Amino acid sequence: MKKSIKIIASLLLTIGLFGCDNDNKKKDGNRGALASNAAEKVYVAPGDHDEFYAFISGGYSGNLTVYGLPSGRMFKEIPVFSQFPTNGYGYSEETKPMLNTSHGFIPWDDSHHPDISQTSGKLDGRWIFINGNNTPRIAKIDLKTFETTEIIEVPNSAGNHSSSFVTENTEYVVAGTRFSVPVPQQDMPIKEYKGKFKGALSFISVAPETGRMNIKFQLLMPGFNYDLAHPGRGKSHGWFFFTTYNTEEANSLLEVNASQNDKDFIAAINWKKIEEYVNNGGGKTMPANYAHNVYDDETHNATSTMMKEVLVVDPLEVPGAVFLLPTPKSPHGVDVDPSGEYIIGNGKLSADLTVHSFTKMIDAIENKKFDGDAYGIPILNFEDILSGTVKQAGLGPLHTEFDGKGNAYTTFFISSELVKWDVETREVIDRKPNYYSVGHVMIPGGNSAEPFGKYAVSMNKITKDRYLPTGPELEHSAQLFDISGEKMELLLDFPTHGEPHYAAGIPASIIKENSQKIFKLAENKHEYAALSVNDAKVERDGNEVHVYMTMIRSHFTPDNIEGIKVGDKVYFHITNHEQDFDVPHGFAMIGANNSELLIMPGQTKTLVWEPKQVGVWPFYCTDFCSALHQEMQGYVRVSPKSSNIELSWSLGDD
Amino acid sequence: MKKAGIIMIIGSLLLLGLFKFPLWNIMLGAPQYPEPLGMDIYIEGIKGVQEFDIQNIDGINHYIGMQKIPKPEAMWEFRIFPLVIGGMAALGVIIGILGFFGKINYWGVLGWLVLMFVLGVLGMYDFNTWLTDYGTNLDPRAIMKMTNPDGTPMSYKPPLFGHQKMLNFDVDSFPSLGAYLMFAGMLLTLVAFFIGKKEWKQIKSR
Repeated sequence: MKKSIKIIASLLLTIGLFGCDNDNKKKDGNRGALASNAAEKVYVAPGDHDEFYAFISGGYSGNLTVYGLPSGRMFKEIPVFSQFPTNGYGYSEETKPMLNTSHGFIPWDDSHHPDISQTSGKLDGRWIFINGNNTPRIAKIDLKTFETTEIIEVPNSAGNHSSSFVTENTEYVVAGTRFSVPVPQQDMPIKEYKGKFKGALSFISVAPETGRMNIKFQLLMPGFNYDLAHPGRGKSHGWFFFTTYNTEEANSLLEVNASQNDKDFIAAINWKKIEEYVNNGGGKTMPANYAHNVYDDETHNATSTMMKEVLVVDPLEVPGAVFLLPTPKSPHGVDVDPSGEYIIGNGKLSADLTVHSFTKMIDAIENKKFDGDAYGIPILNFEDILSGTVKQAGLGPLHTEFDGKGNAYTTFFISSELVKWDVETREVIDRKPNYYSVGHVMIPGGNSAEPFGKYAVSMNKITKDRYLPTGPELEHSAQLFDISGEKMELLLDFPTHGEPHYAAGIPASIIKENSQKIFKLAENKHEYAALSVNDAKVERDGNEVHVYMTMIRSHFTPDNIEGIKVGDKVYFHITNHEQDFDVPHGFAMIGANNSELLIMPGQTKTLVWEPKQVGVWPFYCTDFCSALHQEMQGYVRVSPKSSNIELSWSLGDD
Repeated sequence: MKKAGIIMIIGSLLLLGLFKFPLWNIMLGAPQYPEPLGMDIYIEGIKGVQEFDIQNIDGINHYIGMQKIPKPEAMWEFRIFPLVIGGMAALGVIIGILGFFGKINYWGVLGWLVLMFVLGVLGMYDFNTWLTDYGTNLDPRAIMKMTNPDGTPMSYKPPLFGHQKMLNFDVDSFPSLGAYLMFAGMLLTLVAFFIGKKEWKQIKSR
């Protein structure tokens, strides 16, 4: 009897405990106590600075946005491939050349994967690179000024997706093509794709001092789709890895036709070997046509140069440089762990993660253990190079980042979760749902030998109910996880602009001391700069009128201009004479068919206005600059084409 | 008077620090200037603490009609001060040498000190006059005309010494390294005077 009472009592207790447990879980789900703890962790008091910068790509916005971690506050949107009316990027005469391509002026792109420059495998915070996916381009943003200072177009490429990732000393930034295309382009039946289309993997060298980019060589690979890439590091430094899909080389209904092979490949490229071959005169130059656009911080001008040839390399000409690693079904991300030993390929239609071993790969190559070839490129045996798999970790693995403490964090798109697992044992340690449908995950320094494994940011494709609804169109959602403990903890949701793909994070301390506050007026070498008020003037050259204007709190010099005629092309070259941090001035002209200008201290920018109507038209400063901001204005008198009113200008004359 | 002479020479030479270091420093801080604006006043002219501080101070001051901070060539003081300081240092060294060889007694040292003190007071007086003019002689076309509660025009004269609140700015005006070196120098000459007195009496008593 006593025994049975005990059993019943313990049963009741157990049920009670479970009940409590369930209640707790519900509470957690509805935030509650845990949430206040999370709030403390993301709270950055007014005036305090965040610990990390996060650079989140804008996808179809064509831009790059700068956030603080852990606060999730957005600091800046950096225009890269898209015109940006906020400051006149792509509208001002100086920046229009930045968006020049072989197809002409393209004011938009799809920006995907930012990557910060490295020295000895560590983030150095000098530049950040990002790819334009649609019209293949690579941009470089200077992290002193947070401005796009260089864009190079990539010929023979289409859908510049497996890009832009840098090697461990920023020797190269890669631009791998997603779509294979005829190289050189030609008019041919699409059905003849197989065997005739090529996939160009471009290695763009970066000059160590200036950061100047140059396409060193393009590897012309078989006509697969090259999806993502990552550099080797440490022991695998000198290698680059690209995932492929559509090794079937289908050209229609790829959803089905490119998903037939049980295994696709990771292409392993020994770029050092190819570099050596090229340095010794290897490769062929072929005609090409691509733009190389460079912005100069002293002339405040971009120049666009059309390049006429590119060096291409056939992988078969460099034996021992290119190998194919079989990897389960349509791998998307390929990620190399901080040690450089493990190459993680995520078959996006598979439930398992594949971990290849670099050491085994080299061993198989040295022992020539090949399993056939594809267009002459040796294929290694899956079993020979496999280090192991993470079994049934989730559905639809995409991308993996590392915390530098031996753990990997993989996103699963289909099951919408972030999974933490041990790189050595391949045991799953923790999993957290993502809201909703996560793409990339970012850990600051996650693509380097030295990750800063405190936070992980997942970038979700779908937002649904995370914020107040804003009609059918919602900004995407990012989620911040604390990964400093054994279990991950969701700290914060924050909206991101555009369609964020990858992101790059870096401790603020590496960048913020170098951040530039002004441009020195004394170093302004702009052709049309008015460096002193005495340089302010208006000049006519046929129907072109050049206004050399200065601005300072709170006036323009000159502020009255007469003698402009309908049909003139008026160039306002405006120099900001402020030399004080964060005192830009704006300029807007009524009826201008482009944008405003936002001109930083010491900078000169040019806006073109083509007056079409007779009258007296005002211009004004758009950026609230001082107590007399509203008074910062002026007039332009526009006379008929036939008028003979003399060109004149003034300031303060009554 | 060997010891006194040497101390006198060292003391006078400390004045030369004014050719390298500022005499005075005025800082202007406000919530929107987390890094305060500042000017260093040298005997040869006024410089910004940061490269563009003078331009930015002038930019703020134009709202209330203050004059631009003068360039060195615009003020006779910046031509005279170096001569006075150089001259006093030279004179002090000469007195020190003469004292060292017993050619001059301790009253010479004190004479130098009194002269230095008088010149210093005159300098301060001149400096204060300039600050007053700078802070009260305002452009009648000034954009903002601020008045005191009693209706008199507000003065923007920075304090000669110490802290003062001026509109949204906290103004701090204090001697700078050059001045401290000068004070140290003057203190040393005072020490030289007392030691000299002692030494002189010892010589006399022999």
